[in-house]
Amino acid sequence: MNVLVYLIPASLLLGGLGLAAFYWALKHGQFDDPDGDSQRFLSRDYDDKPKED
Amino acid sequence: MLSLPTAHCAACISAVEHGLEAVPGVRSARVNLTLKRASVDADAGVTAEQLIEVLKGIGYEAHELDASSLSMTETDRQGRALLMRLAVAGFAMMNVMLLSVAVWSGASDATRDLFHWISGIIALPAIVYSAQPFFAKAWSALRVRRLNMDVPISLAIILAAGLSIYETSQSGENAYFDAALSLTFFLLGGRYLDYRTRRVARSAAEELAALEVPRAQLVSGETVPVSELAAGDLVRVLPGSRVPVDGVIVEGHSELDRSLLTGESLPVAAGPETVVSAGEVNLTGPLTVRVTAAGKDSSLHRMADLVAVAETSRNRYTSLADKAASIYAPVVHLLALFAFIGWYMATGDARLSINIAVATLIITCPCALGLAVPAVATAASGRLFRAGLLVKNGTALERLAEVDTVVFDKTGTLTMGEPEADDLSRHGREELAVARALAEASAHPLSRALAAAIAAMGTAPADVEDIREVPGHGVEGRYRGRQVRLGRAEWLGVRAVTGTATYMQLGEGPAMAFTFTDSLREGAKEAVEELRKMGLDMILLSGDSPEAVAAVARKVGIEAWEAQVLPADKAARIAVLARSGRKVLMVGDGLNDTAALASAHASISPASALEAARVVSDIVLLGRSLTPIAEAVQVARAATRRIKENFAIAALYNAVSIPVALAGFATPLAAALAMSFSSICVSLNAMRLIRR
Repeated sequence: MNVLVYLIPASLLLGGLGLAAFYWALKHGQFDDPDGDSQRFLSRDYDDKPKED
Repeated sequence: MLSLPTAHCAACISAVEHGLEAVPGVRSARVNLTLKRASVDADAGVTAEQLIEVLKGIGYEAHELDASSLSMTETDRQGRALLMRLAVAGFAMMNVMLLSVAVWSGASDATRDLFHWISGIIALPAIVYSAQPFFAKAWSALRVRRLNMDVPISLAIILAAGLSIYETSQSGENAYFDAALSLTFFLLGGRYLDYRTRRVARSAAEELAALEVPRAQLVSGETVPVSELAAGDLVRVLPGSRVPVDGVIVEGHSELDRSLLTGESLPVAAGPETVVSAGEVNLTGPLTVRVTAAGKDSSLHRMADLVAVAETSRNRYTSLADKAASIYAPVVHLLALFAFIGWYMATGDARLSINIAVATLIITCPCALGLAVPAVATAASGRLFRAGLLVKNGTALERLAEVDTVVFDKTGTLTMGEPEADDLSRHGREELAVARALAEASAHPLSRALAAAIAAMGTAPADVEDIREVPGHGVEGRYRGRQVRLGRAEWLGVRAVTGTATYMQLGEGPAMAFTFTDSLREGAKEAVEELRKMGLDMILLSGDSPEAVAAVARKVGIEAWEAQVLPADKAARIAVLARSGRKVLMVGDGLNDTAALASAHASISPASALEAARVVSDIVLLGRSLTPIAEAVQVARAATRRIKENFAIAALYNAVSIPVALAGFATPLAAALAMSFSSICVSLNAMRLIRR
């Protein structure tokens, strides 16, 4: 059962990473224009770098 | 900020952005395809008109949006906070569920206690953070000594968490951390759906309002926002534009279209000393108007204030969810209390009794109820939005489903408010040719309609010389040495015929009349037919003349009609209908309809309606056609049926689970299963609305 000592923190850490990633995405406006983002990658304009706001 | 209603693909995005960025002075432009908007960062010298022209040049329709009225949609703090709480609850729920599965599958003694402690450490902060919206709402309800859905929710969450901590500290077998968290998660999901539906409607409504950038042109040529005008200022009103303020004409002759304010389809002559109101449309000549009241004091705004009073009566409507909550909350609390008292008296074991009471509370918790209404409302509004209807009010669908009488306004609602020339065949070819030549020289709606109708017959314009428009009267010119005139009856000195008409005189000959009728709005007839099939009564109320109203009523097939109804009488008529037990749906667009729209059981207005009318309406028609009205009623009825079905599912589920819980057989595993199952059931039932 000693394996739990590693596994529980590991599962918490991974979940926490997901949560942090979601928080970052929410704060940086990643969900502001889902329709536009799904179309933007089709055009060649932003191949070098994403468009700045 | 520009609105781009036609943008829809990747090519659109890059075309618009490159087009805008090519304009000198524009620093950057970004298209938001979800909102169909473009935000432009530019130097002060760049005007919106300039950008709109550029976009028109590359084939995109664009409109300026008033950034100040969009403030709400830009910063969506509330939505983000709700989403973050949902994410935290979801994260915590999954971790705790992982540990709980281990416990359910047989972890015991020290391992179980360890898992419970870890669950508690994750669950408590997550609940404190995520369930705040429920606690806040429940507290505000309790403070005024009322019960709402949030009270049993909060109680269940708090008790479940509290009991679990106690049980854990006593090395007990059952802990409900996972139940408390999944309860929070599912209910937050319902909350978020509900919030998003309302936000979509609100932002679309705001966008409609922001399309009308309130500006006025001063005599000096400067353009200023209407809010900066003061009484005594002189403003210029060009032909074709809306009068921005209440005032008195000091210079110029023209005709005014008052249909939005009074419902009259006939334009009225206007000259110096004529009093004008905000919302009227100037038709022929430029006018200079001295402002008597602007902005908040104008008659338009005063009307809107009147409406605000009428609207509170509608806000008192109790939705199905509130009704359900008012029965549900006390029943659940009493059941839990009885469970505790009953078990305590039977066994004398307080710990066991509390355990069972809490299990009852958790299992009966309105997970399904909290999802039942928002899920259906989201599905229904989404479907109506695609059909071109914007549902603005939360209880609009329920009220619309109860409607049994529909009252229509005529001008601008059943009709387009645009005249159509009738029967030109009785006029000679030469006369028509002259009429076309004269009519083409004017921007007056009657002239334009006449010119278009003659052009459609294939008659070429005659060779009329020296054509000159006399503002407020008509057009004159010379044809083969004779003076020819087209215009108002008084100007030509002839007697007016009934109905909308313009008159033409060739030389000294007798004047002839061209009569017009208002063209029907697209889909008006179909909508009336569909509504009749659904068994609804229809009434046409209009401020226009009896002849015009009767003609339209006959065309669309409505038997009951009334003409020359004053604005206050419209609202009174609806009140009379309401007293006789009718549930009235009002469909109207003008200022004269606003009071009626506000006092009716439910109301719909077209997007072309005056802002005041749109504001008080529950539903706004985004397209030109009226056909979606019938669909709106259908979907509303279906949605109400779904909501009731969902309540039935929830009740059935409770009928099964409550005895189990009361008997003391409910385990944390059973609670988790039952909760998920009923939530998924009601969500799936709501989804059925989207298709078809």
